[in-house]
Amino acid sequence: MVTDPITATTATVPARAGSMAPAAPQSRFLEKYGSLWTVAVLALVVATFGILSPTLFSQAGWGAVSKATYEYLPLAIGETFVIITGGIDLSVGATLGFSCVVSGTVMEKMLGTATGSLPITLVGFAVSIAVGAACGLVNGLAITKLRLPPFIVTLATLYALGGATYLVSEEPIYQIPQQLVTFGQQNLLGGWFIAPVLVALACVVVFGVYLSRSQFGLRTYAIGSNRAAAERAGINVGRHLIKIYVLSGALAGLAGILVASNFAQASPLFGNNDELAAIAAVVIGGASLFGGRGNLLGTLCGTFLIAVLTVGLVLVQLTSFWQEVAVGAAIVLAVSVDQGLRKLSQR
Amino acid sequence: MTGLPAATLALRQVSKHYGSVQALRGVDLEVYPGEVVGLVGDNGAGKSTLVNILSGALQPSAGTILIDGQPVSFRSSLEARARGIETVYQDLALAPDLAVWANLFLGREKKTKGLLGRLGWLDRKAMYAEAEQALERTRIRIGSVTSKAGELSGGQRQAIAVGRAVAWGSRIILMDEPTAALGVEQQQRVGELIRTVSGEGLPVLLVSHNLPQVHKLCDRVLVLFQGQVISQLRPAEVSMEEIVSWITGAALTRAGNGD
Repeated sequence: MVTDPITATTATVPARAGSMAPAAPQSRFLEKYGSLWTVAVLALVVATFGILSPTLFSQAGWGAVSKATYEYLPLAIGETFVIITGGIDLSVGATLGFSCVVSGTVMEKMLGTATGSLPITLVGFAVSIAVGAACGLVNGLAITKLRLPPFIVTLATLYALGGATYLVSEEPIYQIPQQLVTFGQQNLLGGWFIAPVLVALACVVVFGVYLSRSQFGLRTYAIGSNRAAAERAGINVGRHLIKIYVLSGALAGLAGILVASNFAQASPLFGNNDELAAIAAVVIGGASLFGGRGNLLGTLCGTFLIAVLTVGLVLVQLTSFWQEVAVGAAIVLAVSVDQGLRKLSQR
Repeated sequence: MTGLPAATLALRQVSKHYGSVQALRGVDLEVYPGEVVGLVGDNGAGKSTLVNILSGALQPSAGTILIDGQPVSFRSSLEARARGIETVYQDLALAPDLAVWANLFLGREKKTKGLLGRLGWLDRKAMYAEAEQALERTRIRIGSVTSKAGELSGGQRQAIAVGRAVAWGSRIILMDEPTAALGVEQQQRVGELIRTVSGEGLPVLLVSHNLPQVHKLCDRVLVLFQGQVISQLRPAEVSMEEIVSWITGAALTRAGNGD
């Protein structure tokens, strides 16, 4: 039993002496860069499909991928804020459909009048976003004033709005201003982008910076991390949560008008099950359903991961049902990694 | 008594009842600048009710709270803090996912000047620097103020909570069971911290079950028994056993029999 004296000593001496030492460097590293694993996974998936089918890197490939993201990105942004507070918003898909159809109905009515195409388009945007925000306000008020769990409240609004959408219009509305369709379909920047994609990406940047650098963002994390502490710190948690759900609803409304612009119609079918894709993107992006963790870079990667899987599987001529299997696997992987990180950082 | 400074904090006949349950009955107490005053008592003696009243979470049913001789009343923890009373809660009230600096400034964030600040842009640099200063006073090494609170040891977390209270508290620090979750060495550090704070003139009201620590640290000890302050003791003059006998009420019976 010969022990090397040198290794024996070094093994027993902690990285920094004393019980007051900071956490081990390894866990600090994971804490700081661990959330970036989504970037690595996305890069890996892109590389794999790119090698199997170089079309992915063409303008057509990027066009297909980016088109598969603009609908989900606004929803996933709102969902990221909500999930960081420890809540959930199941109603974003239904809110998208409802806002879209209400806005479509208003635009259809206005087209019968002498109003120009551009003003109607702007009204269409405003109505869709406002209706979405109003849906979010209902969620926020029910959650804070009636003290009901977000899951229950937004499950209820998911159902109610799903029905209300068909009460407004059972058929797709095709009578929408030409200006809106031009906005939604015209190729920009050398044909690489359509406006809805640019709007969605701009939202990611603006809200990403806002989440990570503003007082509102900091308090969003605080509420999800320790609600009682946030309350004791004097933060009006109820009012903050209402704002968060209004934001989530307004972004769903924005997604609604973006989808209408690209599809040249306002259909009651829009948004169906979108909440699941949005939540999946956020969770794959490293946010924790327990609250306190998550960021929009992760959510952006999560959304693109789902889009690349969808497009990539078609490109390699596999049935797109595999996409759902792959997303399911990615969710399990993401949550396992999140829990592993938690164990490492909170010894 | 003309030479004495005015009490930083004074309670006059403060009572609190929940329905028919009388939690506090006419409590009088005073805390003077630079003092460490212990508040002890058995479970149900009224300690947490008193802590909640002083931190603004509860309002007394009767009686007056005076700060520097001025009667005050607070309807929320925000108002209590505005009066200079900072509380170190038993659970520390830290957000584990937030960095140390963010925990120190939570609810009182500094924003940059100008338009960006009005939009809510945080002045991180200023907060980093001030957080470092605040923690230096606690003399417990935290490493970096950008570490997340959840990554730190129990003693370090305690230091953040105390550092936050000291940084913001202008009149008095209220500590609710500050060492309940700590090891022996860390308890000692917190003890030193309390001494440092009071040495700078800021009084500390220490609510604790840890009698050896109360006996060692406090200038005066108040014993709560069934909602009343039944005794004021000076640890310098009495033994720990004496304090225990007041907490259990045994000393009260003895005093009663002695009459």
